[in-house]
Amino acid sequence: MDRRRAAAAAAGLLLAALAACAPVEEGGGPGGAQAQRTLTVFAAASLTEVFEELGERFERDRPDIRVEFNFAGSSDLANQIGEGAPADVFASADSRTMRAAADGGRTATDPAVFVRNTLRIAVPPDNPAGIESLSDLSDPGVKVALCAEEVPCGAAAAEALGAAGVNVTPVSRERDVKAALTKTELGEVDAALVYRTDVRASGEAEGIAFPEAKQAANDYSIAVLTGAEQTGPARAWMELVLSDESAEVFDDAGFTAV
Amino acid sequence: MTEQETGSTGGEDAGAGLDARLALDRGAFRLDAALRARPGEVVAVLGPNGSGKSTALRALAGLESLAAGRIVLGGEDITTMPAERRPVGMVFQDYLLFGHLDALDNVAFGPRCQGAGRAEARARAAELLERMGLAEYANARPGALSGGQAQRVALARALAVRPRLLLLDEPLAALDVHARASVRSELRRRLADLDCATVLVTHDPLDAMVLADRITVLEAGAVVQEGPPGEVAQHPRTAYVARLVGLNLYRGHARGTRVAVAGAAQGEHAEVSLSERREGEVFVAFPPRSVALYRERPDGTPRNLWRLRIDGVERFGDQVRVHLDGDFPLLADITPEALAELELGGGVEVWAGVKATEVRCYPA
Amino acid sequence: MTRASPPSEAAGGRLRVRAGRFPWLLVVPALIGLAFLVLPFAGLLARAPWATLGTRLLLPEVRGALWLSLTTATAATAVAVVLGVPLAWLLARAEFPGRRVARALVTVPLVIPPVVGGVALLLALGRRGILGRHLDEWFGLTLPFTPVAVVIAQVFVAMPFLVISVEGALRGADRRYEEAAATLGASRAVVFRRVTLPMVGPGVLAGAVLAWARALGEFGATITFAGNFPGRTQTMPLAIYLAMQESPESAIVLSLVLLGVSLLILVALRDRWVGAV
Repeated sequence: MDRRRAAAAAAGLLLAALAACAPVEEGGGPGGAQAQRTLTVFAAASLTEVFEELGERFERDRPDIRVEFNFAGSSDLANQIGEGAPADVFASADSRTMRAAADGGRTATDPAVFVRNTLRIAVPPDNPAGIESLSDLSDPGVKVALCAEEVPCGAAAAEALGAAGVNVTPVSRERDVKAALTKTELGEVDAALVYRTDVRASGEAEGIAFPEAKQAANDYSIAVLTGAEQTGPARAWMELVLSDESAEVFDDAGFTAV
Repeated sequence: MTEQETGSTGGEDAGAGLDARLALDRGAFRLDAALRARPGEVVAVLGPNGSGKSTALRALAGLESLAAGRIVLGGEDITTMPAERRPVGMVFQDYLLFGHLDALDNVAFGPRCQGAGRAEARARAAELLERMGLAEYANARPGALSGGQAQRVALARALAVRPRLLLLDEPLAALDVHARASVRSELRRRLADLDCATVLVTHDPLDAMVLADRITVLEAGAVVQEGPPGEVAQHPRTAYVARLVGLNLYRGHARGTRVAVAGAAQGEHAEVSLSERREGEVFVAFPPRSVALYRERPDGTPRNLWRLRIDGVERFGDQVRVHLDGDFPLLADITPEALAELELGGGVEVWAGVKATEVRCYPA
Repeated sequence: MTRASPPSEAAGGRLRVRAGRFPWLLVVPALIGLAFLVLPFAGLLARAPWATLGTRLLLPEVRGALWLSLTTATAATAVAVVLGVPLAWLLARAEFPGRRVARALVTVPLVIPPVVGGVALLLALGRRGILGRHLDEWFGLTLPFTPVAVVIAQVFVAMPFLVISVEGALRGADRRYEEAAATLGASRAVVFRRVTLPMVGPGVLAGAVLAWARALGEFGATITFAGNFPGRTQTMPLAIYLAMQESPESAIVLSLVLLGVSLLILVALRDRWVGAV
């Protein structure tokens, strides 16, 4: 039982690592390579599943366009954009990193908040430490993983814990939300603060809602970038993301509508 | 240092030395040889490359396992004893001194392994180095030693374990020609002083003649001749030994004063005449310098005379060595003047003559 | 010196044999290769905010991470030597079934992404891992999120460098010296300690330096297996990664600190040990 779950988590992490390493293909596919244009979207890693689904829809409606994604941590993406990476659209997991891109003069449109993500306490399936509320996390016998404060989920966790007046000493400050979730799935920690979407996608860990989560919600925002080669398709992509049609997909994934 | 400390036993009884039969297979090659050495005796194993002599030495040291046979040393069966427990010291062909230790610690290595304390081992090593005339090189690294010095350190190192059996693998092969002569005579003195049994392996007949009390000739894994150096030099029993000691050697059947050389046709040319009567299977041997060459058939003299073809000519000391072939191969040493007078060249047929009194004959 | 040198120097100047054709075919790729390795470093230097370098160094978190990195990398190297040298000996010298497989397995940590290595370590030694479960049950010992876990992760990724280096040295060493030692009465353990090890010493040293450098730069397996907590498991590479999220400038400073310290140590070691040999 344990082993199977652990193996599944490991396989998931392996796939994620490989996906992150996969090179971005240049040019179009075989046939009609010249006619097809490529839209490059830089998006927060937590948007991976939803954006891929939206990408398929987009390509169905606009056969002349191929959508390519670069999924990574929002701050990494903001850094890459700051260094001049060729991207048409940027979708970040918090407003702070989007502000960094805007301050660097790389946004061509006003950033628009399209969805919101709230925190959950993730616990292993059998909840061995019997966690029920945020205050349980301050128990010294409970092993907690938080995201590092440098990444959005860590900042949100700090805000939520501050609002609740709970003082937590984690065993680890993970580099991203997936890593915190993996440690929970493997049972290495008794609890972690992760996004609702991550718990939904996990299928292993269980999520526990808590009232203070509202005070620390992440606003996902999107903007077309300056120097975009595909301005038209970029705006069309932004419209799709903000449309009612997409709201359903976001809802399924665990995001909250704005 | 006194003599008793280097060897172990002083007894002359048969059980005291080495008594070994070594049999082992290496693919197509098979070694099957008996070796014996009394305490204080130096036995040289002489053989061409690939004869199995180094393998035999390694088997005695415990670095090779036997397929059959046994090794008895000082009355004790050491056939299956691991190398590190055998009372055997070995000097390797290129000495294999440990480069990270100085001469003193190289020699002290064995005593240390045998459980001696550091000070005790070094004291024994220092004595041995002194005896080898190397006292001032005690702190030298092997790289700073000459070939002869390195050999003496290697010898001291092997003797430091007080072996009952000393093994030397081509002890002079790593030296240049100039060093070899002096080191050879020096080594002879040192080996003569030892009272352990010594087996040395060489492909150089001179080393064997000078250093050994007894020679065992090994060819293709088998012992083909054994005896004191003089006996082996005088009466070789194989073409290899004959060539080493510089003799023309033939095996044949004697009837009266005539020997029909085996393998050749039953004609006049395949016969060797003797000065005395013999019967049965014999070896006949004569030195190349007793052979005279003629363009025309000489008259009268009662001698061996064969018509042979010149195969090649080479310089040999202040003589010229002529290789002849025909009914049998033959070497002749003549002076350069004689060669010039005869106007001999390759492919020319000549008459080769040997006096019957020059021909040695001994039973096969 | 002074007495002997004037004539030879005079002769050396005029009569030195001129070098042959310049070996462009070797020198040009060599210089390109060097530039390829050095250029990113130059990029770091160009972007470094030199003014804040000093103050950054004094931050307790930075010093804590640097100290943790140096101590864990050194401990990991020691463990790698203690376990890796005998392993290399086994692979190079012992005859046993499956030796080729064992040799291939040693290189696995080199091939797999370190993050995956970290997951593998969790699955083996984590609180619910196949071995870690029992450590927890029997001894109440949990490895993840401790400095020990940092060392374990570093040993996992760094030991193959040492093993491969030492195994190569063992294969290149002349075994007849070991036989010579055996005829002098040395047991196999003594032969290894007093003859084999000194012979392959340079190989062990080179392997240890490689392993140390690899351990010092280790990131993926560490953050996955040991987590990231300042002062306990946050090594320099982890601190650098997280600094990168907020301000690339401070990440550059930290990288330079790590590079500078490691170069200093390696150069000092080289002069002290390798130079003496």
